[in-house]
Amino acid sequence: MAKIIGGVTSSHIPAVGNAIANNLQQEPYWKRFFDGYKPAQEWLQKHKPDLAIVVYNDHGLNFFLDKVPTFALGCADTYENADEGWALKPVSPFTGDAQFSWHIAEKLVEQEFDICTCQEMKVDHGFVNPIRALYGTHDVWPIKAIPLAVNVVQHPVPTAARCLKLGRALRKAVESYPEDMKVVIMGTGGMSHQLQGERAGLINVDFDLETMDRVASDPEWFANFSNAEIMRIAGTEGIETIMWLVMRGALQDNVKVVHKHYHAPISNTGAGVLVLENTFL
Amino acid sequence: MVWSKHDYDDIPGTYVFDGKHAHDSYAINKLLFSFCEEANRAEFDADPAAYCDKFGVQGKFKEFILKQDFLGMLRAGANIYYMAKMAIPRGTSVQDCGARMQGITTPEFQAKLLKNREGLEERLAKREGYWNG
Repeated sequence: MAKIIGGVTSSHIPAVGNAIANNLQQEPYWKRFFDGYKPAQEWLQKHKPDLAIVVYNDHGLNFFLDKVPTFALGCADTYENADEGWALKPVSPFTGDAQFSWHIAEKLVEQEFDICTCQEMKVDHGFVNPIRALYGTHDVWPIKAIPLAVNVVQHPVPTAARCLKLGRALRKAVESYPEDMKVVIMGTGGMSHQLQGERAGLINVDFDLETMDRVASDPEWFANFSNAEIMRIAGTEGIETIMWLVMRGALQDNVKVVHKHYHAPISNTGAGVLVLENTFL
Repeated sequence: MVWSKHDYDDIPGTYVFDGKHAHDSYAINKLLFSFCEEANRAEFDADPAAYCDKFGVQGKFKEFILKQDFLGMLRAGANIYYMAKMAIPRGTSVQDCGARMQGITTPEFQAKLLKNREGLEERLAKREGYWNG
C-alpha cells in the first residue's frame, strides 16, 4: 500500500529559482535561507520517497482567469515547466504517475472534494522552486511529482479549514492506493508577504513563527482564521500559507517535527521550512 | 446590480483581487497573460497601441499599458502576478512596484522589509527547536 512518510513546507518565490540558476546559494543574502534547507534535503535522502504531491498555486501559466478551478489535480504522465513571461529557460519536465493521480482523483471525489482533473498541466515557479530547493536542479528529476493546485490568487479562495479537510481526504486517498510506494506531501507558498498596494512590504515574523509551531502541533488554530483575517495579519499574498494545511491534513495527528527553519526577508517574504514526519512508519 | 461587500474591504493600502477586480480588469489581465509567449512579447513591442486594440484594452487601461504605469494598472485592478509578466522583463521588479505604490524608493522599500525582521535571531531563540546553522 502507498504510505505518506511526512510533509515538507517551502516558500516558492521566483527569486529562489534565479538564485539556484545563478549559483548564488552561498552569497551572503542567500546563505542562511539555503543552508536551512540542508536538514530537509538530508531527511529526503534518508527516506527516499518515490513521489511528491506538490500543493501549490498557479500564478498565470497553466490557468488564466477565464477558468479558475479551486482545486486542480494533475492526472498526466508528465508535467512541463514553461516561460512565465520572464524569458527564463524552463527546467526539465517532471515525471508524474497517471494511474496514481486518477486513483487520488476518484477517492477525493468520493469524499466530496469535486476537484478539477488536468491531463495537461504546465507547472510554474510555485511547483518547480520547492523541488529545486529540496533536490537541486536535474535533467532527470530524482522523484516523481504530481501538482495539486489551489486557487489562492482570485478570491473567493478556499478557506484554511477547507484546505485542512482536503488534506485529510488526501491522506485516505493515498493510503488506499494498492501499490507499495512512499509519498511525501509538499505544502508550498507563503509565509507572510504583501506585494501590492500601499501596504506592500508587510512581513509579520511573530505570526509566521506562531503559524509554524501551530501547523505542526495544532493545525486547527490556523484553520480557524478567516481569509480576511489572514490577509489582514499576514498580507494579501500571505494567504498562500493556507496551502500548508493541505499537507498537514494529510499527515497523522501527532507528527515528529524533524526540522524547523525560518528566515526573513527573502525577496518580499517570510520563508519557512518545516519537515514533519509520520512516526507510525 | 451591486458588488457585495467583504470583511477585507477595509484593510488599508490593500486591493484584494476578487471578482470585482477580475471582472473590471479582464481585458488588461488577458493582455498581460499573453506575455507568457515570446512571439506575443515581440508583437507588443513592435506596436503597443495596436496590441492593446487587439485585446480590447481601452481608455485608462490602454494609457497605463502604453506608459508602463504599473501603479495605475494595479489600482485599476490588474493582478500583481500578471503585471509581473510585463514589469520584470522590462527592468521593473516587484519590489520597485511595491515602492512606487507607497511613494518611496526601492532602497527605502528594502529597508522596510529589513525592519520587519528586526530582532529575528532573538525571537527565534525564544521559541524552541528552530534551526540556527
